[in-house]
Amino acid sequence: MSFITVKNVWQQYADQVVLEGLNLNVNEGEFCTLVGASGCGKSTFLRLLLGQERASRGEILLNGQALAGEPDASRGVVFQRYSVFPHLTVLDNVALGLELPRSPLLGRLFGSAKNDAREQASVLLHKVGLGHSLDKYPAQLSGGMQQRLAIAQALIMKPRVLLLDEPFGALDPGIRKDMHALLLELWRETQLTVFMVTHDLSEGFSLGTRLLVFDKVRLDPHAPGAYGARITYDIPLNSDRRVNRAAVDALPAELAGTLRIA
Amino acid sequence: MRLINRHPDRPSRLLLVILPFALVLFAYFMGSAERLTDNPNDKLLPSAVQMTDAVKRLAFTADTRTGEYVLWQDTASSLRRLAIGLGISALAGLCLGIAAGTLPLFGAPLSPLLTVLSMVPPLAILPILFIVFGLGELSKVMLIVIGITPCLARDLEQRAREIPVELLIKAQTLGASTWTLMLRVVLPQLLPRLLISLRLMLGSAWLFLIAAEAIASTDGLGYRIFLVRRYLAMDVILPYVVWITLLAWLMDWGLKRLTQRAFPWYEGARA
Repeated sequence: MSFITVKNVWQQYADQVVLEGLNLNVNEGEFCTLVGASGCGKSTFLRLLLGQERASRGEILLNGQALAGEPDASRGVVFQRYSVFPHLTVLDNVALGLELPRSPLLGRLFGSAKNDAREQASVLLHKVGLGHSLDKYPAQLSGGMQQRLAIAQALIMKPRVLLLDEPFGALDPGIRKDMHALLLELWRETQLTVFMVTHDLSEGFSLGTRLLVFDKVRLDPHAPGAYGARITYDIPLNSDRRVNRAAVDALPAELAGTLRIA
Repeated sequence: MRLINRHPDRPSRLLLVILPFALVLFAYFMGSAERLTDNPNDKLLPSAVQMTDAVKRLAFTADTRTGEYVLWQDTASSLRRLAIGLGISALAGLCLGIAAGTLPLFGAPLSPLLTVLSMVPPLAILPILFIVFGLGELSKVMLIVIGITPCLARDLEQRAREIPVELLIKAQTLGASTWTLMLRVVLPQLLPRLLISLRLMLGSAWLFLIAAEAIASTDGLGYRIFLVRRYLAMDVILPYVVWITLLAWLMDWGLKRLTQRAFPWYEGARA
């Protein structure tokens, strides 16, 4: 059975249909890139997966279970902007994800538990290349660095699904390339299933193992909101990476674990 | 060069800062000197010497009847009322603002209520406060609280709504509950804004304080000014007004420094 199942999902605001009859099966560990014209519902679909919105019709299953109707720790997210907390240092931005679930009363850890959380956060931050700016505030970081931070922040939760809403849309091309390398490296190391909305078609092709194109098949010029978008193309990509991923998955768990860490 | 492109350098900026104050003082003392030469008993524009004498009498000479130093006694009473009032307002405004701004279920009833309450002229209900809370300290503090809490709460509600929804979503994906989200994401982001709001409300707080003291009090800066008004004692009133202005300015400056110190990440603090 597939990891994520989308069954006949419609999304409609008042008389505007955004998505219609969406059906999709995604296996665990796939890297789906979502492309399409502006306003064709890619981001809406991402918000449905995130739980920020609920589908008007149809259902989305995660591992056979209906998706929780609000955002939770099983799905990490990186937005184009406003993904990091301006009032926390880089280190605390990431450590926050370890503090919140463990301290339901104060949302804050103390003493050795706090040092522990900061230690873990620091390890991850070194990995994404932010080891030298642990004590800075996000406003002191460049756009690319902020997105690195946002990714680290999402990954510290070890989510099973990572949702990216045009995460590199505001970055320079050179920085963007570095971010692609980082993202692929992290994807290889983890079991992550990634959904990434992008406006950049080449980004969609080079990163994904699967490219989903959103478009309206029907169009009524007199009522532009009458019909919604569907997935018009579903293209498997980068088969080498898919094969690698499948081969690693076929190995016994403990061996696969050491491979991933290495 | 166009006027809009001309900037004062450091020394001339200092000069420009001092100039208007100097002009005001010059105009005052010119007028004062002129009136006093015409009539040495003129009370309207006292000279610097007369005002210094009054300050000496009030600030550095113990009152013969009570043994207290009037100016300091008045200052302490007024500042205590102001501090209690501002403290209660800040706390209440913060709680109401966060609840109304982050929780839609709380915002629906609170938001219109706060809007209406902030339109009630606080001085118009001062008699009610005297009737309900008596003529003691409580009614004076309550006037400040009632006067500025709705405005503080509305401002903070607005600021809470301005926190990008992405941040609230992100916090939820990091495992935050409603409570911890408010505690670790909304509250810390609103604290610097609270201090800025307080700075803006300081003027109103002083207004309400002095109004309450003028009407029913036995000490306080506002009480003294309205008491000596009967004797046309401008030599006391003017130094008191200057002193109040200085205190208000110091509080404003202190809050500004506190915002910069305590919230280095906050951009508005640098402005």
